[in-house]
Amino acid sequence: MSENLENINPKLYKKLDDREITLEEQNDDIADEFDAREIFDIIRNINDPEHPLTLEELNVVEQNLIEVDDKRNRVDVKFTPTIPHCSMATLIGLSIRVQLLRALPARFKVSVEISPGTHVSEAAVNKQLADKERVAAALENSMLLGVINQCLAPKN
Amino acid sequence: MGTLELKQSLTGHRGRVWSVCWHPKGANLASCGEDKTIIIWGLEGFKWVTKMILTEGHSRTIRELAWSPCGNYIASASFDATTAVWDKKSGQFECNTTLEGHENEVKSVSWSISGQLLATCSRDKSVWVWEVNDDEYECAAVINAHTQDVKKVRWHPHDEILASASYDNTVKIFKEDAADSDWSCIATLSSHTSTVWSLSWDKIGNRIATCSDDKTVKIWREYKPENDVGVVTPNNESVWKCICTLSGYHTRTIYDIDWCKTTGLLVTACGDDIIRIFKEDSDCDPHQPNFTMVCSIDNAHAQDVNCVQWNPAIPGQLASASDDGSVKIWFYNE
Repeated sequence: MSENLENINPKLYKKLDDREITLEEQNDDIADEFDAREIFDIIRNINDPEHPLTLEELNVVEQNLIEVDDKRNRVDVKFTPTIPHCSMATLIGLSIRVQLLRALPARFKVSVEISPGTHVSEAAVNKQLADKERVAAALENSMLLGVINQCLAPKN
Repeated sequence: MGTLELKQSLTGHRGRVWSVCWHPKGANLASCGEDKTIIIWGLEGFKWVTKMILTEGHSRTIRELAWSPCGNYIASASFDATTAVWDKKSGQFECNTTLEGHENEVKSVSWSISGQLLATCSRDKSVWVWEVNDDEYECAAVINAHTQDVKKVRWHPHDEILASASYDNTVKIFKEDAADSDWSCIATLSSHTSTVWSLSWDKIGNRIATCSDDKTVKIWREYKPENDVGVVTPNNESVWKCICTLSGYHTRTIYDIDWCKTTGLLVTACGDDIIRIFKEDSDCDPHQPNFTMVCSIDNAHAQDVNCVQWNPAIPGQLASASDDGSVKIWFYNE
């Protein structure tokens, strides 16, 4: 399989430490808003479609590229493909989208885009990911859904 | 400012509702969505109730449906690449015809005013025109004019002229050439900077309103050959010009637009959960019209609004469909 990989030796990045849970967060009486760290925790362990590594380890997702406005129901995630002509960019974006779709309350409007300037067909991939009709049709494709579920399945 | 009053919220679908369509007489409403069913709603006293649920016509999401002008047929477009035609010859609506041919998801379906022509469009970039003869449907044309996914098809309100909107950011207009009965593109409306999701003709049929992922609404006007304002018309074909752009009102993708044939009001369905209504100023230049937003309902739905349609028979009555799984009936008061 390795000779088919586009990016044979991806650069590895250090993982973030676990989040510290504050007393306030453990108190169910206090409503706490979603923040970038929480969104990051939801998507950091998504598996890369070709490497046995997570999107965090490949630096595809980073906490500082996530913007959250809980009051206005907005979550904006930017992701960085490992190489500028990565053919997996749409699939990775779709996996992030599906993970957030499943994890977040339905009130959130989620946008998933490529970090500006990091992919050759950035505009086309972004347009595809933003088209909810095409995303819905893609998710009815059982083959594709299988691949996405594999990316989303936790390891072990 | 007018007010939009919620009359009733209809629940019954499981999951996202993509489309609603009024019966031509306005007494019934049909809706469809990702649960692969069509629900027909009707009034009982003052309450809208489920009259019929149509199932087993499609194996995937039903994206859009359309009543025939006579009200005896419903056509439904599905992600399963087929279009079903339902009739009530047996007393109940039944699917007796399935139109196949598109390579993938069918996105939209529309009947011509005579009921003799049906148009469908698809992710496969094509627009198909079907001829209807005694319940037989024959493909009269496959038009490959768009370069991307075609989102919407809508027939002219009086003539056999078809408009389509696409992911390629354009709207195209098609007509049959009398000489060789070939359907060809007679105009391309370019100005939107992203996907054109929907379009609606005005009452007369010489203007079209379009809405887009670029968060704007545009009004287009037809200039026929030898028009008195001096718009040049090469090849002796009409030219369509964008005569008005409504920008700054919508904060997300605009998924649908409907131009009321009786009141002239425009209504939009937006990804920011808001339904907005626009009215044309009465004293404006017909070549440079002005539209004013007369109503805006925040949180009209809990999620994206996918479809809005004015009742063809009851001025002011409006139906909407949303990702939140509900269909809503509204009434607009000036």
